[in-house]
Amino acid sequence: MTKEEIIAQGGSKVNSRPRLLLPATMHYCPGCSHGVVHKLVAEVIDELGMEDNAIGVAPVGCAVFAYNYIDIDWIEAAHGRAPAVATAAARLDPSAVVFTYQGDGDLAAIGTCESIHACNRGENITIIFINNGIYGMTGGQMAPTTLEGMKTATTPYGRRVDLNGYPLNITNLVKELDGTCYVTRESVHTPAAVRKCKAALRQAFINTREKRGTSFIEVVGTCNSGWKLSPEKANQWMEENMFAKYPPGEIKNTVKEKK
Amino acid sequence: MMNQEEVRLMKGNEAIAHAAIRYGVDGYFGYPITPQSEVLETLEALMPWETTGMTVLQAESEVAAINMVYGGASMGKAVMTSSSSPGMSLKQEGISYIAAGQLPALIVNVMRGGPGLGTIQPSQADYFQAVKGGGHGDYHLIVLAPASVQDMADFVGLGFDLSFKYRTPAMILADGVIGQMMEKVVLPPEKPRRTAEQIIRQCPWAVTGKRGRKERNVSTTLEMEPRLMEKNNERLQRTYDEIAANEVRFEEYMTEDAEYLIVAFGCMSRICKKAIQNARAEGIKVGLLRPITLWPFPSKAIAEKAPAMKGILVAELNSGQMIEDVRLAVEGAAPVRHFGRNGGVVPNPGEIINALKNEFIK
Repeated sequence: MTKEEIIAQGGSKVNSRPRLLLPATMHYCPGCSHGVVHKLVAEVIDELGMEDNAIGVAPVGCAVFAYNYIDIDWIEAAHGRAPAVATAAARLDPSAVVFTYQGDGDLAAIGTCESIHACNRGENITIIFINNGIYGMTGGQMAPTTLEGMKTATTPYGRRVDLNGYPLNITNLVKELDGTCYVTRESVHTPAAVRKCKAALRQAFINTREKRGTSFIEVVGTCNSGWKLSPEKANQWMEENMFAKYPPGEIKNTVKEKK
Repeated sequence: MMNQEEVRLMKGNEAIAHAAIRYGVDGYFGYPITPQSEVLETLEALMPWETTGMTVLQAESEVAAINMVYGGASMGKAVMTSSSSPGMSLKQEGISYIAAGQLPALIVNVMRGGPGLGTIQPSQADYFQAVKGGGHGDYHLIVLAPASVQDMADFVGLGFDLSFKYRTPAMILADGVIGQMMEKVVLPPEKPRRTAEQIIRQCPWAVTGKRGRKERNVSTTLEMEPRLMEKNNERLQRTYDEIAANEVRFEEYMTEDAEYLIVAFGCMSRICKKAIQNARAEGIKVGLLRPITLWPFPSKAIAEKAPAMKGILVAELNSGQMIEDVRLAVEGAAPVRHFGRNGGVVPNPGEIINALKNEFIK
């Protein structure tokens, strides 16, 4: 049956824009992972009944306008400071479910200090970390997570470890901190990966509600504009290169261990 | 005991901590630095989270602490931080965001000598930073300059009241003398912290989670459209005009018959009072104008006095900062000279009388 035939039969609607995803035109480039992750965050908050007490903390970077897309209360933080802002929000209102949404430059370069210490204190927050190995908003400069040899606006001949140091696997660092209860690395480039990522987000938001410590979800994503690849080729490049350094999978789950 | 006034002997820094709890502050976020560490130490020792429910947190840096304040202020909470000069430099980015976001907050700077790591001894060298903005962009703080331990206690409440009234961050600009010295202080009776419902009523803009609200609240300082960003700036400037028109505070001392005027704030105003007593014993008719609000500055009061003065001496623990605002107010109506000590050196009253004589009396 064609789509038109299904509609003619009065077929039931099986999917639509999540209720908490605002009907705004997103500024993200075609093929960017942010839109998918935003949709999942909106769905999870709605499904867990957290619309009224969720507080998002937006970063500086491409996701700076996250507050224009998800219909909850937001604080837009200074570059890298989202975990500090979230720390205060979670402590000052224990009934709030507080999460940050940050990119690799925000979380793993300028905000490394705030990220590590919020995780180490075991703040009752969820940190969503979008890692696409590049600064998107400022025009494709090197990020701390940029792979060796990867060309960016500030590594035009490829990242050289003798000049620029090594790609930073901050998620594996965060795993070592006693304050984190759940650390996982996900992606959203296939339907299966999207389902897994949603389950991880759901787990993280439940952890935050139940005050189990810091949940840290890295989502390895694509930056088609920065990588100068089509969405399809970017997904392929991500699987072949990003996953070699940042392999998806659960890294730490103390909640499961306790069960 | 806390529900009534209490007379105590304590340091200025300790008074800040006691007054914060009694005012019903929701959160304090700080980082140790001399000479203000007693604020955080006192709060940790008093454990207000067990009594009023106040949050106290030693942050990983001054940068983190001011951004915690930004987060709490965005929620309509009464939140504060304190630091000393090098730490205040680190906080400037966050202060600019708090000002831009039209958020209430209290920031305490117990100044030490600079620049750089400088010294841990008292100074007033952060005057420019405090009253001219400090961080990026066009903004002002309401800047209160305490001259006693009592002021330290009183200005916590005053600072928060003004800050919430105008949705503009307030700063207590103290110096190492006021922070460290012990004096008698009358602590105010304890007020309960505002309830969640009171905060929503007082601050309908606050990020609280939607809590049944139809429209989401967003605390942001970003505006990509220049014309709208200009409107944001104009809104801030209108607030500053209103503050300047209504909130100027200053103290006068022996100015009725004065032929010479000393302008000094903070600990220097205390030293100048002693100098004035001694000078008057020698027959020199000199008085003091002590700005209590450094911003808004008491320009009008100074301008009104200037034509009757043979000379105006601006005494500061720096190389000449407030003197620029005094000169702007005086507009050439009287000679204005500076006396300053630097690097943590605190002068005695005799040095001030000598400066007055050398500059004007000869």
